[in-house]
Amino acid sequence: MELMSMKVDKSLKRLTLIELAVPVTLLIVGILAGLMQVLFRAGMIQANDLGGIEYYQALTLHGVVNAIVFTTFFAIAFGNTLVSYALNMKLNMKYAWLSAIVMLIGTVTAAIAILAGKASVLYTFYPPLQAHPSFYIGVVLLVVGSWIGFWNWIPMYVRWRKANPGTKTPMAVVGIFTTFIVWQIATLPVAYEVLVLLLPWSLGWTDTVNIMLARTLFWFFGHPLVYFWLLPAYVMYYTMLPRLAGGKLFSDMAGRMVFMMFIVFSIPVGTHHQFMEPGIGSQWKLVHAFFTFAVAIPSLVTAFTMAASLEYAGRKNGATGLFGWVKKLPYFDEKRWLFPYLLVGLVIFIFGGISGIINSSYNLNIIVHNTSWMPGHFHMTVAGPVFLAFIGMSLFLVEKVGGKELQMKKLAMLVPYIWMVGLFLFSSGLMRGGLHGEPRRTNMGLTYLNPDSPMFRPEWKIYVLLTAIGGIIMTIAMLVYFVVFFRTLLSRQVREEVLEFPLSEAYHNEPAGVFANFKPWIVAASVLIIATYIPVFYDVARTTAFGAPAYDPAIPMSLKELKAAEEAADEPAEEQSSEEAQGEATDTEVEQQTEAGSTTDSTGN
Amino acid sequence: MDSKEKIAIGGSFLLMTVFFGAVVFAMTGFGVEVPDCVTDVKPFTESSVTSTGPHRYEVHSIARMWAFDPYEIEVPPGSEVDLYLTSADVVHGFNIEGKNVNLMAIPGQVNYTRVKFNEPGEYKIVCHEYCGINHHAMSGVVKVAYTPTTNEEGGN
Repeated sequence: MELMSMKVDKSLKRLTLIELAVPVTLLIVGILAGLMQVLFRAGMIQANDLGGIEYYQALTLHGVVNAIVFTTFFAIAFGNTLVSYALNMKLNMKYAWLSAIVMLIGTVTAAIAILAGKASVLYTFYPPLQAHPSFYIGVVLLVVGSWIGFWNWIPMYVRWRKANPGTKTPMAVVGIFTTFIVWQIATLPVAYEVLVLLLPWSLGWTDTVNIMLARTLFWFFGHPLVYFWLLPAYVMYYTMLPRLAGGKLFSDMAGRMVFMMFIVFSIPVGTHHQFMEPGIGSQWKLVHAFFTFAVAIPSLVTAFTMAASLEYAGRKNGATGLFGWVKKLPYFDEKRWLFPYLLVGLVIFIFGGISGIINSSYNLNIIVHNTSWMPGHFHMTVAGPVFLAFIGMSLFLVEKVGGKELQMKKLAMLVPYIWMVGLFLFSSGLMRGGLHGEPRRTNMGLTYLNPDSPMFRPEWKIYVLLTAIGGIIMTIAMLVYFVVFFRTLLSRQVREEVLEFPLSEAYHNEPAGVFANFKPWIVAASVLIIATYIPVFYDVARTTAFGAPAYDPAIPMSLKELKAAEEAADEPAEEQSSEEAQGEATDTEVEQQTEAGSTTDSTGN
Repeated sequence: MDSKEKIAIGGSFLLMTVFFGAVVFAMTGFGVEVPDCVTDVKPFTESSVTSTGPHRYEVHSIARMWAFDPYEIEVPPGSEVDLYLTSADVVHGFNIEGKNVNLMAIPGQVNYTRVKFNEPGEYKIVCHEYCGINHHAMSGVVKVAYTPTTNEEGGN
């Protein structure tokens, strides 16, 4: 069956290409920052910085660019095109451009702060480490821009519902709207954290911040954030993967059920990131663990539906026997080069999902929390199914919307396989190291992996080596990808630009029934969120003794103390003595570090 | 809906229920618990290791940029330690290798766990939360050994 093609006007074409090219360009920086992490962690490079970019500054870049900027831009570009295509309606370009411009301004604003070294607070920006106000403002604008993008689709969908009473909402639209309903709800607490707590504090209007309140608000957002990443990949699995495999989606109903379950269970789970923190009753942590287990169910169902859809495709391609279908899938079919981007991600997600269930298992989290097991896990989710689906679809969109022919098809098709090999080495190194106590987010080359340091941990050498080899292979995969992406983008247009997605039909196609409308599921989600979060906030309020003043990541005293010390130093009469005092402070700091077993130079001034 | 699909969905619910049961069993049967609210101890500014009874110790540990205070915690084998942790500045992590001790140190809050050290040896403590540019230099150690000082009343 031929795919329906839709004409694209110049404005949507230009917008989509910008919304893909800008974050992919930034991604070059993000990926190189990732390479820097593995080399520094392994002690292959023993330094605080590389070419003027400090380790934790690069780690901030890596997280913000790869996980926030790239994903948000992609989700909007994907939503703009897919919703228009699936509803066969024209997008309101005025608001679509407004959304992109606000996101761009936000990205540039935050990027300046990070590159200037004024926001080395990592992508979780936990206070009381403080970033420059422009970092917070940039993040807010990026999120607001994505809201505008989403709001722009709502009237379109409402008009479609009116014009098509009784027709099932296309699965693609159900998926994209689920993604952004979760995003809309989840970004409210983080908006409160940034606008009410952190920004005024960073501007100097308030003195202190309630740290547990800020962290709880962050994770109220932080876990649904991972579904904001994952769900567009799920949209591709449910709507495109079966067709690319040469078959049909096994069950339409299962897809709709899965998306509605994500709306309900994505959010009342956030404190599973805070199991090891004080200030929240353990019984409420157990409640959040319970709902985390509930949100694993739609992914288990997805595993079944995808396997069944692929089996159907394999059998249609002539497979026999119980597992013969596994051999009859288009793993290396250049014409269907998008297939491996989705399939490989799905395979990786088996391990990402299992390790996720381990992490959320309440007391089992004691073994893995904040060890390198964690990045080992989440690179098999966000850098597995999510990332591969996003970079694959970015190529697909450039090809269709740009009217281009994909360049270097064979290499492009191999990228997910190279990535998978690298990722499995990378993640197994991190996870096994984590089980032996290796910390995440740590420049280990200077201490734990430095044979000259009293903190040297030779037993971690094998794990960091595996991680580094894996990281290098992943970087190679991405270098190939970047060449393919930009060569395709800059190649000459060879056909008319179109909107065209390989949308699947359903094998079992039943009426949508209770899954026809979002409303009851949004209501259910709201009730659960209120019920699970009220006791958590109550506990945080009653256990917090005091708020914390601001700290610069490079200075082991609060900015207030620092200011007082500087003012004292400025007093001409006491110049001599205060200089001595400062000298003493530096000595104490060095002593502390020697005591802690460090042989590195203090850069804390 | 396909009958096999119904089995898959039912099986998913069952599997997660079994997993949750296992978590609750580890909690009630083996007493493996995550940190709870601490309201009887206020955030402290002095660290200490005190003997509170035979083979019982109470440790008040303070995490600060970029060291643990005390750096070294010494107890004899067989000690049960009530560990209280707070932060003097930013957020830190406190992970004792090979033990079920994994705590976040939060300013304005006190975290708590109880841990028993049976085997003599050095148990390394790692700060596993980013706490500034020298985060990688922040560690500590629990020394479990028979020593004259720790056999007498009081630690150090």
